[in-house]
Amino acid sequence: MSVTVARAEPSIAGVGDYIELMKPRVMSLVVFTALVGLVVAPVPMHPVMAFTALLCIAVGAGAAGALNMWYDADIDARMARTAARPIPAGRLARGEALAFGLTLAGFSVVVLGLLVNVFAALLLAATIGFYVGIYTVWLKRWTPQNIVIGGAAGALPPVIGWASATGGVGIEPLVLFLIVFLWTPPHFWALSLYRAEDYARAGVPMLPVVAGAAETRRQILRYTLVLAPVGVAPWLLGYAGALYGSTAVLAGGAMVALALRVRAEARGYAASKQMFGFSILYLFLLFAMLLADRMAGGLFAPLWGHFPIGA
Amino acid sequence: MSEHQPKQEPGIRLTEQQQRARRARSIAIAVSLAVLAVLFYIVTLVKGPGVLERPL
Repeated sequence: MSVTVARAEPSIAGVGDYIELMKPRVMSLVVFTALVGLVVAPVPMHPVMAFTALLCIAVGAGAAGALNMWYDADIDARMARTAARPIPAGRLARGEALAFGLTLAGFSVVVLGLLVNVFAALLLAATIGFYVGIYTVWLKRWTPQNIVIGGAAGALPPVIGWASATGGVGIEPLVLFLIVFLWTPPHFWALSLYRAEDYARAGVPMLPVVAGAAETRRQILRYTLVLAPVGVAPWLLGYAGALYGSTAVLAGGAMVALALRVRAEARGYAASKQMFGFSILYLFLLFAMLLADRMAGGLFAPLWGHFPIGA
Repeated sequence: MSEHQPKQEPGIRLTEQQQRARRARSIAIAVSLAVLAVLFYIVTLVKGPGVLERPL
């Protein structure tokens, strides 16, 4: 009896392919929101420790991205937006992505635990586990609520940033969590409105595919109406200044106006595309203003507390 | 091994592209490990003896 053993071709994957696996654009947003969580925290953090924490969070996010691409290679191959990713394009084998993702996940969590604190490391591990185990493997192919619940993974980085500085959690990072959490559905549903065919072909039960465009437009408006006031909460709770408050009110108003336009849009996707684009700017603005507020108010105190200027 | 007298050894022979890709990956791994070592070194300097204290 002869046994044929399938042997993988030696890899042609370059370093760039591995970097692509880490979803650098998602990673940059993760690092940014984590940085804000870290800076907003009332405990000063040495710049080297802050850098270490952000590096671990970035690598952890990259690990989650790689594991997502490992599991979703079949879906990615059927969608125009993702067909050029390294695995569906044939530049990288699934096993390579799995090994890479697991290695990065292990290193990021262990290093964060050893060098920063164990609580932040556990949160990072939970975030990666949630994104891969709950969102990617379970929810994404099963329910139109996939991105609502899965959004929790994307909303945790500011909490991890805060935990890196303080060793715990508080109401402030939980409000930041809530902002990203409530922002995720209108953001992705605006995209999925004009990508519905893509999702349908891939068999992903996104809301427009399952419940139709009209219901999706209603849901976008509902979530945005909750998001806008929550976006102002950091100011109302007193840990962000007037700069943040006024930005949150204005940008939140613009989000609601756009959501109303999306709701009213009878045909075409001009408003949906605008909403998707502006939603990215909205989240960036809110977190940037929080950062600016803290930097201006505290003269870099949280981050640079160890180095008093002019001392 | 001379280029003019290639030996027909059994096993996998990497193409030039595969060799280039492997070399690039190896360098990237080496750089990552070096960064990790330097990071641990610097953090040890920053934390001093406190490096052993890891509050939960």
